Amino acid sequence: MTTNNTLIKTENLQKSFGKIDVLKGIDIEIRKGEVVVVIGPSGSGKSTFLRCLNRLEEPTGGTIIFEGADITDPKSNINLHRQKMGMVFQQFNLFPHMTVLKNMTVAPIKLLGLSKQDAEARALELLDKVGLRDRADAYPSQLSGGQKQRVAIVRALCMQPQVMLFDEPTSALDPEMVGEVLAVMKDLAKSGMTMVVVTHEMGFAKEVADRVLFIDEGIIMEQGAPNELFENPQSARLKDFLGKVL
Amino acid sequence: MAEWFTKFYTQAPEWVQDFCDDFKLNFIDGDKWKWLLDGLKMTLIITFFSVLLGIVIGVVLAIIRTTHDKNIETFKKRGGIGYIIIKILNAIANIYLTVIRGTPVVVQLLIMYFIIFASSRNSTLIAIVAFGINSGAYVAEIFRGGIMSIDNGQFEAGRSLGFNYIQTMIYIVIPQMFKVVLPTLCNEFIVLLKETSVAGYVGIADLTKAGDLIRGRTFSAFMPLIAVAVIYLVIVMLFTWLVGKLERRLRRSDH
Repeated sequence: MTTNNTLIKTENLQKSFGKIDVLKGIDIEIRKGEVVVVIGPSGSGKSTFLRCLNRLEEPTGGTIIFEGADITDPKSNINLHRQKMGMVFQQFNLFPHMTVLKNMTVAPIKLLGLSKQDAEARALELLDKVGLRDRADAYPSQLSGGQKQRVAIVRALCMQPQVMLFDEPTSALDPEMVGEVLAVMKDLAKSGMTMVVVTHEMGFAKEVADRVLFIDEGIIMEQGAPNELFENPQSARLKDFLGKVL
Repeated sequence: MAEWFTKFYTQAPEWVQDFCDDFKLNFIDGDKWKWLLDGLKMTLIITFFSVLLGIVIGVVLAIIRTTHDKNIETFKKRGGIGYIIIKILNAIANIYLTVIRGTPVVVQLLIMYFIIFASSRNSTLIAIVAFGINSGAYVAEIFRGGIMSIDNGQFEAGRSLGFNYIQTMIYIVIPQMFKVVLPTLCNEFIVLLKETSVAGYVGIADLTKAGDLIRGRTFSAFMPLIAVAVIYLVIVMLFTWLVGKLERRLRRSDH
């Protein structure tokens, strides 16, 4: 049953690359304000699942309902839906030819029609929150990895999305920079943002997640609250996986 | 003639006097230096507008070709009119590239002048169109390489913010591409500047033609032709220096 509280719902979501079936039918409902952490071995399809949610990967089957609209319908305008789905990438993907401020304001100005002043005010406020206001005029190449990822997060937030998708946001970072990015994500979770996070940070999953999904072999093998999932894994695959990463 | 020059001239060795006579005959008498100046203006006008046209054609072709190469699977799956359109556009682009790069620019210019635009007398405009179309084919391949060199993550980041395909190209990919292709693009401009020297074939008094007209009038080849060569050389050097400055400025963002 779809309740009013449901933000994203997938039904039998499938994705195959040629003859390889990566996602074999994923059904999930994500509520507003929920923090869902997706874990699983590499090659299990967890990144593909996340990238299907905003159709960066085109699903080969099933439907995705976002805010009550079927966004897999060819007639729907995916660009409008994507404005409300922020995404953060493993490799940051900041625009190297723009300053931090420009990175953050280009989409709100061009897509939401904000004035330059309003967009910059919004961007500076967010930069303030992540402690990077003084780097507003820097170019991405002048930032550390952790700073880049924090900018990437607030760049997505500038569009005031309904949900934030994180694709292994700390995997490309030096260990000493992981903490600063996770701290920003924790604050974001506390502020009530709906988040879907693919990560290998089990500590983050335990502390912040409302629900953990274990994806393996293209299906959701197991899901539940972090403490029950981590303390009391049911499937052999999950036990095996947790034995390796914890 | 200024007094100091008369004094210098009478005391100079014979070969210097010959040089001065030659210079006067070719450039001063009958204000023939103005021919060179007008020719230079014409060469620069044709080059400038051909480059603009070439860049516009190049960007459009490069976008068509990369869109086709990168997304053909998506188009195929979605089917319908979009798939047919991109297939047709790509085929036109390929034919254009093959024909334009496979035939000499002089022949293209003559065909434009005597066949396609035979009824028009505006030879300057015809030359701009001919050189622009020619340059567009080369620029398209330069741009295509540039677009392909941009990390796909840039593209995904743009799309994930809600930009559509064309907006992502315009705001994210193409500005980065220009930086990558600038040296090659500069080279194309230099090639084009020199290629316009065949404009005389259709009766345009460009720089080369002006030098040749002077030679025909004075029956002395050395002065006008060397002068023409030096002018081309100076423009190319000046332009190379300017682009070097621009490149250093653009590099500011990648320390």
